[in-house]
Amino acid sequence: MIETLQNLLSFLPEVVLSLVIITVKILAIVLPIMGAVAYLTLAERKVISYIQVRIGPNRVGPRGLLQPIADALKLIMKEVIVPAQANKKLFMIAPVLAFAPAIAAWAVVPFDEGMVLSNIDASLLYILAITSMAVYGVILAGWASNSKYAFLGAMRSAAQIVSYEIAMGFALVTVLMAAGSLNLTEIVNAQQGGVWMWFFIPLWPMFLVYYISGLAETNRAPFDVAEGESEIVAGFHVEYSGMTFSIFFLAEYANMILIALLTALMFCGGWLSPFQGIPVLESMFSWVPGIVWLLLKTSFFLFLFLWFRATFPRYRYDQIMRLGWKVLIPITIFWVLLLGLAIVEGWGPWFG
Amino acid sequence: MTAIKHFFKTFFLWELVLGLKLTGKYLFARKITVQYPEEKTPQSNRFRGLHAQRRYANGEERCIACKLCEAVCPALAITIDMEEREDGSRRTTRYDIDLSKCIFCGFCEESCPVDAIVETRHFEYCGDVREDLLMTKEKLLAVGDRFETEIANDRAADAQYR
Repeated sequence: MIETLQNLLSFLPEVVLSLVIITVKILAIVLPIMGAVAYLTLAERKVISYIQVRIGPNRVGPRGLLQPIADALKLIMKEVIVPAQANKKLFMIAPVLAFAPAIAAWAVVPFDEGMVLSNIDASLLYILAITSMAVYGVILAGWASNSKYAFLGAMRSAAQIVSYEIAMGFALVTVLMAAGSLNLTEIVNAQQGGVWMWFFIPLWPMFLVYYISGLAETNRAPFDVAEGESEIVAGFHVEYSGMTFSIFFLAEYANMILIALLTALMFCGGWLSPFQGIPVLESMFSWVPGIVWLLLKTSFFLFLFLWFRATFPRYRYDQIMRLGWKVLIPITIFWVLLLGLAIVEGWGPWFG
Repeated sequence: MTAIKHFFKTFFLWELVLGLKLTGKYLFARKITVQYPEEKTPQSNRFRGLHAQRRYANGEERCIACKLCEAVCPALAITIDMEEREDGSRRTTRYDIDLSKCIFCGFCEESCPVDAIVETRHFEYCGDVREDLLMTKEKLLAVGDRFETEIANDRAADAQYR
């Protein structure tokens, strides 16, 4: 497809051509993300209502399938209110600062062998750096609103994200130790050979730590103290309405999808078939493109996000700090040492 | 031993798995949602909804303006004026229930000595302006005339418990 486009536009100068190609690739990533975000909100409402023995939205369109579109239209048409006492410039910049990293991180995410916008060798580092930027949007939103609830939410969120960033970073260190590369494509290829080669087995506690930190990083339940509806109304985005609010919303859900996708890539073999190495099933499912496996795994982790939200009560603030600093970080440090030993000694099928 | 067991339970987040199992079970449970305009829940004959003023079979209004309902109304939603008619009987000239004040406690119906003011099982009414929710004597009597059979049946079904 890219080649056809290249041939079609070959009369353009080289620079313009590559610019067009990259823009098309970016759109091919961003637009599906937007669609996925929209339908993730519907999936969330449906899953949570099913767990609460309700039906959920089913009035707009067949089985409620047009609900996200109705929601989006409503949010677009609502008035954007800027509080009188707010710092207007920062108030408007904050949603952008939350949203841009959430989308920018997708630049290095591979969807299949070679299906990646920018196959850089430090992609894991890039993702870690870019996702950490998102906290600035939250802090600025809370501060610029000049509202006590928003400020409290921003402070909580900042402390929480900074704490869990460390555990998450260490969990990623174990992944790159096991794979021997920071390149996401290489990390997936290091898991070749069947389900038992996937990193979630040798790195089981790190897998849990990464997913839990991911929940905390995206401010999802049970770590949603930054929003804490029952305590501080809506946290950092109380004062936002209409489009500015929906941009925070988009960022949160794009981050959720990103975390789920990264979990699938780093711990569950990415686009590798789960039937690899199993005699009959492997050839039976060899026609399935890798991206389907990746999306299935991602959907599973997204479902877990929703399932957790419907199951667990919100952590108390001091409990969050305790879990982050006193439980997750020691475990990760211990596992880094253990993994070092395992790699040196060549334990199991993974490091042989 | 218990310490080791506790360690592994914590390590594998066992309690959380149990919680997830419970909610996971409800994911597939039968849903209890009532699709309201199409489906409705069963109603008791004691349902306290829209008010009505009743008449006797000969068309005479029941209310004798004793003002017990006005006195008992905890929300002060009822306003009554009365006068003596030419035949010497006591009747209301004004009987207003402000539905925007009413809390639907049913005390007016309880207190009424002649079963004149009743609450019907109808609750699907609305008003565009506040005045629409001010039930005057005429409106109340009209509601009563419209649903008289239903009201009488509901009272008869409940009579043995009173």
